[in-house]
Parts: sequence; structure tokens; C-alpha cells
Amino acid sequence: MAPHPETWLQPRPEGLYCIPGGFFIDATRAVDRAIITHGHADHARSGHQHVLASAETLAIMRARLGEGRAGVTQQALAPGEMLRIGAVDVSLVPAGHVLGSCQVVMSYQGSRAVVSGDYKRHTDPTCAAFVPVACDVFVTEATFGLPVFRHPATGKEIAKLLHSMAIFPDRPHLIGAYGLGKSQRMIALLRAVGYDAPIYLHGALAKLCDLYVELGVPLGDIRSATVADKSSLRGAVVIAPPSAVADRWARRLEDPVVAVASGWMRVRQRAKASGVELPLIISDHADWDELLKTAEDVQAPEIWVTHGNEAALIYQLGKLGRRGRALSLIGYGEDADDT
Amino acid sequence: MKPFADLLERLLYTQGRNAKIVVLADYFATRPNPERGFALAAIAGKLDFPGAKPAILRALVATRTDPELFALSYDYVGDLAEAIALIWPKAATEAPPELPDVVATLRTTPRDAIPALIATWLDTSDVSTRIALIKLITGGLRVGASLRLAKLALAQRFEVDVDHIEEIWYGLEPPYQPLFDWLEGHIARPAPGTAPVFRPPMLAHPIGDSDRAGLDWSNYRAEWKWDGIRVQLVATPSGKRLYSRSADDISATFPEIIAAMDFAAVLDGELLVIRDGIIAPFADLQQRLNRKTVTAKRRADYPVGVRLYDMLFDGAEDLRALPFDTRRARLDSWFATTQPARMDLSPQIPFHTEADLAALRDAARDEGIEGLMLKSRTSLYLAGRPKGHWWKWKRDPLSLDCVLMYAQRGHGKRSSFYSDYTFGVWTGEGKLVPIGKAYSGYTDAELLILDKWIRTHTVATYGPVREVEQGIVLEIGFDAAQRSTRHKSGIALRFPRILRLRSDKPAAEADTLATAARLIGAERSSPMDQMSPTDQMKMSQ
Ligand SMILES: [Zn+2]
Ligand SMILES: [Zn+2]
Repeated sequence: MAPHPETWLQPRPEGLYCIPGGFFIDATRAVDRAIITHGHADHARSGHQHVLASAETLAIMRARLGEGRAGVTQQALAPGEMLRIGAVDVSLVPAGHVLGSCQVVMSYQGSRAVVSGDYKRHTDPTCAAFVPVACDVFVTEATFGLPVFRHPATGKEIAKLLHSMAIFPDRPHLIGAYGLGKSQRMIALLRAVGYDAPIYLHGALAKLCDLYVELGVPLGDIRSATVADKSSLRGAVVIAPPSAVADRWARRLEDPVVAVASGWMRVRQRAKASGVELPLIISDHADWDELLKTAEDVQAPEIWVTHGNEAALIYQLGKLGRRGRALSLIGYGEDADDT
Repeated sequence: MKPFADLLERLLYTQGRNAKIVVLADYFATRPNPERGFALAAIAGKLDFPGAKPAILRALVATRTDPELFALSYDYVGDLAEAIALIWPKAATEAPPELPDVVATLRTTPRDAIPALIATWLDTSDVSTRIALIKLITGGLRVGASLRLAKLALAQRFEVDVDHIEEIWYGLEPPYQPLFDWLEGHIARPAPGTAPVFRPPMLAHPIGDSDRAGLDWSNYRAEWKWDGIRVQLVATPSGKRLYSRSADDISATFPEIIAAMDFAAVLDGELLVIRDGIIAPFADLQQRLNRKTVTAKRRADYPVGVRLYDMLFDGAEDLRALPFDTRRARLDSWFATTQPARMDLSPQIPFHTEADLAALRDAARDEGIEGLMLKSRTSLYLAGRPKGHWWKWKRDPLSLDCVLMYAQRGHGKRSSFYSDYTFGVWTGEGKLVPIGKAYSGYTDAELLILDKWIRTHTVATYGPVREVEQGIVLEIGFDAAQRSTRHKSGIALRFPRILRLRSDKPAAEADTLATAARLIGAERSSPMDQMSPTDQMKMSQ
């Protein structure tokens, strides 16, 4: 009989550890062997010896962490390719979260576990779509694990932004969006509806946007907001990390309409508390319906929840005949920008 | 309903007055009749329905969702209408009802059929429409814009004078078809008729040193500037209304004034709490403001009256095109024959020279006096703030040197600056006690200095609030200091604002609570920026 994944996949202080493979997934501290699902700071930490990830994730890690700090040795694994590590067969499958994001599929003596990292099912022009893989244990996040979180279609939110730009044609629209994934998705979504004016970027976003373009995600005319003169920013779209939106950096803009693109914008009090004038409910994480649909699609009898609002999700999975287990891993989702 | 719901949502997040006007103007320009008329009615607070109780909604949501999941969700969201709107099963096809249909249906649906009706609507609506629907049905609809802003938006979008809208407003009923027909140029302006409408008041300019130097004093009349709220009393055969200076109908708040308006006239005056002929501090009047209803006890404890100083209409006769002296003579004789209860006349102050008035102004220590008014004998009653006719000459502000204690980011244009300040004075034990908050008065340069200093001298943060080192002294100007049980210091400052940054003064030499307490009861003048709603009502003359 195949061994239950809980006998060979264990939560440890450093993160999830695959015993027969001898590696961690998204280790939160420096380890010898790590497989990284995607390039966000809470998943891709610096200082590991050996790092295995998709080629895009490795490139993102080098750009974010610096050449020497993204693993002493790096190994790229193409989606769908199989690799034997120790006694485990490992493959990477797209997670639909950000460019390069992958689920880690592990098969050991006929038992299969899938660690999704962060993921979503909504379409995203900047990355490959999530692929469900049947498994015995599916390890999920639950950032938006409450039934109140159901992200609207992105088209609606972009229409909201365009309407605001039409009624305030002279005010710059400053969009707070996380530097990896969300910013590029916002740009791509605007391009997809035919918005081809220059889009201005905070300095912290330049490197990753350039990398996206290099990796084959076209973003159109993107420019630095830092060097742009005030008059050229009038009526323009400016994108900055959420932390910069409420900060001194934003002063270069004259009377901006402050927007923030995040799944948290769904709840009015949260949106109001962040002081935004135009909340855009656009998330790179699965909403309630996507979490449940995914559990259904992967047909896993058991779902482990790494972090987020797990109580409601585990309750509902139970009602659907699946066993939910809270891993309560520390260190993920701490960067609240990553939503 | 969806465009209206979207409007509500946008207004909820929009902070600036001008931005709100833009949002409203876009809505009124793009939506058809009668939808926009009902939206206007909602803003005017005229869309009231019998109201479903929250219990009905809770029962309804229990039929569609898991109670455990709803409990977790409600707990997280905090607002019942929003929690229901969010957790309600997703619409298969979104086809929300239209606002006019919602209004018509709610008016005719019996109470016991309301839950089923709501369920049908929620099934076909998006989240923001659901929230708006639930709030409408439970009587909890709040619009993030005043009626005045909506009127300004209409005036701006359709290029008419907002006063022309105000004049006809009370003759109109939802959904205001004649209003929109006139605004779009299809019909002539509806007649104000005898409706008790608000007339735009005449306002005064603050007088500066150079203004005084050039003034022909012999052409001016002087009156005290009373420290109450400016009101307009409108009594016509078809109704009686009491308006604030900003056209808010405050009749219900002051029923005894309405009861005393047993005449046909439009009068201009100051609403005051008066006991045995003596004006009570403004704090007493505040006990009566912003209340929809008022108890007999409160009426007895804070008796109000109106001190009259101008007359706009005598019966149906419009006096506004007559000179000030003539209007005043009409007011005096009207008052002598009418003898209205709860009213008296604001006396004119005899004087010969500027020096006479300056001496009176400086010597005035009464609670109820803010300074002097100067009115040209020949001035017609002109809407707005025409220059050179009426002047206000306020007393200089009181001030205290206070120590900056806490700072918070501002709103709108100032949201990236620490621009809201809490400051304190020293107690006898050498501790700082907060005495007030200020958001205005500093120069741009001072704001930059303060912002930078705050960022580098924070000792603790509490959510959005930063506690700072005790190292910055601010000279705080204010109109009055009053006793207050709600403040830790026991003192409340009225209209506090920053006069200047005292970088020359060490924090230890800032003022003490004892010094502040000695200023209680003194009253001085104020600028009119940065005000709470109460303060806005207070704006007089
Ligand atoms: Zn992530
Ligand atoms: Zn994450």
C-alpha cells in the first residue's frame, strides 16, 4: 500500500520538508536544498545552497535578491519535465499566480502530494494558467478563505479605472500594486483593452517589469515616473508599490486619484482604512470559489492549508467530504502586499 | 440600480469636495429620468421606506447560506448589509433591478412580502447593488455627499446659478422631473411660488488693516458680531422653515423658533442660547445643534432665541433691492408691530470714529460677542460675498504654546504628510496632557519641516498614529477655551489652528494647564477653513 503523504511530507520550522527527497519547499530560512514555487519574498528567501525552480522564478530571484544570493547552485526545471530527487519524482506545473509560479508535484511510492504555493484560477495575461493535478494530498493557501471573498471579473475593475480616468482626465491615477506580478498584470490588463499611452512606474518596479518583457510578456510603453516631469504625469497611469502610495514618494504627483489593486479591497472597511479613493478588486490569489473548485478538481481526499483564513475553508471542505488540516506555517503571507 | 449603487460606492471613497462634485455631475449628466431624480431624492434624505428589520435579513440569509460560514463572515466584515451582500450566492446572470422600479415596488409591497422580494433582487445583483438595496430597505442608506454638493454638481454641469436651484428647491418633489427639464433647457424655470424657500444670504469680508485705512467710516453702521449660528427665518402662507447659512433645513431642531414664527416674512439673524437676556457660551448652543429631534428638557435647559439684523421679505414684498438703512427701518417697524416671541433686534452701535469702535472691540469681553460687523448704509442685500459692503472685524485670537504629542496623516492632497497634530500642555506634575488637535494654519514650509521631523522622531506607533518626542513647540491659536468633561485636560479649545512653529522655544518652556485654564471663558475670532459640521453651522455672517 502506498504510504500516506504525512509520513514523508512534514511541516518543520523551516517550511514543508520532503523526507525521501531531502528538500524543503519555499523554506523560510536558509537551507541546503530548496524547491521554490514562485518569486515572492515570503516564498523565495535568500541564502539557500541548492535551489530548484522554474527558469522564470530563478530569473526573478536573481533580479530580486542579487546574483549571488539566489542559491549557490541553481537548477531550472521546465514545466511538465520529471526529475528524480532521492526517492521522489518531482515535477513543476503552472500555478497561475505570477510569471514562473509553479506547483510542486511529488510522487513517492505510488502516493502523490501537490504543493501549490500561491495560486489563482482567474485568467492572467502575464502567466501560464493553473493546471490541476490529481493527488492524495493537496497543499493550499487560504489567503482569501472566507466566502465573502469572491473576486469580480478583472474586466469590471478595469472598466471602473477607465471610467475614473474619463471623469478625472487631468488627475494622475496612482495605482498601488505589488511589484512582482500585480504591477505587470495591471499593465497587461490595460493594454488588453487598448490603453496604449505610456504607463509610468515607481523606481522599484522597473527591474521586474524589464525582466517580464525580456521573458516574453509585452508591456508596451513603460517609463520611469521618477524622472518624468509633473506635466507629463497629468492624467497618466502611474504604478507604485502600495507602501509608496501613502508615502512621500507620491508627493511628486499633483492631486492623484489613489487606487489600490488587491483582493483585500473587497471589504469596504479595509479599503476605507487604507485611504484609497478607487479600490480595485484584483487579486493574484484564489478566492473562496476558486479554493473550493480547486479542491474538487484535484480530487484530493485531504487538503492541507498552509496559511490564511483556514477555519472557514477547513469547515467547508469537511462538509464536502474532504479532510482539511491546518499547517499554520509561519512566515507566509506576512508581506500583506502580496495579494 | 447599479449605476446608483456605483455612485454611492464612489462617493464613499472620494474625499475631496471638488472630486465629489465631479462624480455627482457625471452621474446626473449620464443617467436618465426618473432614475437620477430618485438618486437626488436619496441624497436629500427623501427616499424613506417603512423599513425591514435586520432580523428579517438575518433570517433570509440563513435560508441561503451556512450559519457557521455566515457567522465567520459577518464577524470579519463587521457590517450586516455588506456581509450579506458578499456571501449571498453569486448571480447566474446579473440583471439588477432599476432604481425607479425598486422605489415603485417598495412603495406597494406589503411588509410580509418584503423578504421574498429582497431575495429575488439579491439573486440578480452584483455586490455594490446588493449593499445599496439592503441599506435602502433597512433605512440605513447613507450618501457620502450633502444635498448642497448635489445641487452644486447640477449647477456646474448644467451651467446655472446654484442659488436659482435653491430658490425653487422646496417647491419640488421627487423625482424632480421639472428641475431636470429646466436644467436641460426644455422648460422655463419653475416658479418658487410661495414655498418657504431659502434665499442665498449676504456675507461679510474679514476687514484687514489696509481695508480699514481706506474706509469712509461715515457711510457705515456698526453692530456686534454675535457668537451663535447665522439663520434665515422663512415664513410664508404655505409654510415655515428655519435654515442654516448653508441652506440646511434645521426647523426640526428648533421647534420653538418655528412656533414663534407667527408672521409672513423672511428674516436674517443669529440663533443663540439666551437665558434672562444673557447670551450663553457657544458650547451651550452646541448642545442643541445636529439633533433631529429635541426633548422638552433640552429645550428648557438650552433656551434659544434669534437676534434679528436684516429683513429680506416683508410678506410677499421683496426688500432685497432696498438700501440697508431702509431695510433696517422696515425691520424695526415690523418688529414693533409684530412683537414676535423668542426674538429681539441686534442693536446698532453709535460711533463717530474708527477709534471709538476699536476701543469697543477690544473692551468687549462678553461670551456672546465675536467682534464687530460693519455694514454700508447703502448696501443692497446681495447674495454671496460682494466686496466693500459688509465687513467683519473680529477680535484677535487667543493663543497658547503647546508641545506636539501625536501626529497622523491627513486626507486627500495631504494624505502623504503627517498633517494632523495632537498637542498638549504641561501639568503641575511635569507631564504633558493633550489639549487639542489641529489640521490647519501652518505654511507649506512648516508642514514639510513638521513632517520630516515627525518621521525621524517617532517613539511609538498606534495604528495610523505616531507618538513623537517632546521636542516641538507649536503656537496654537483658538477662539475660546471651554470646560469639558470629555477631554482629559478638562479643557476644550474651539477652532484650534497652528499660528506658527516655535522652533525658538524649548519644549520645557511651553505653557501649562494652569495658564490654559485661565483662558476659559474668553472668546476670540477665527478663520473659516477646516471645520467640523458643527463648526460649519456655526459659520455666521
Ligand atoms: Zn505569492
Ligand atoms: Zn504567499
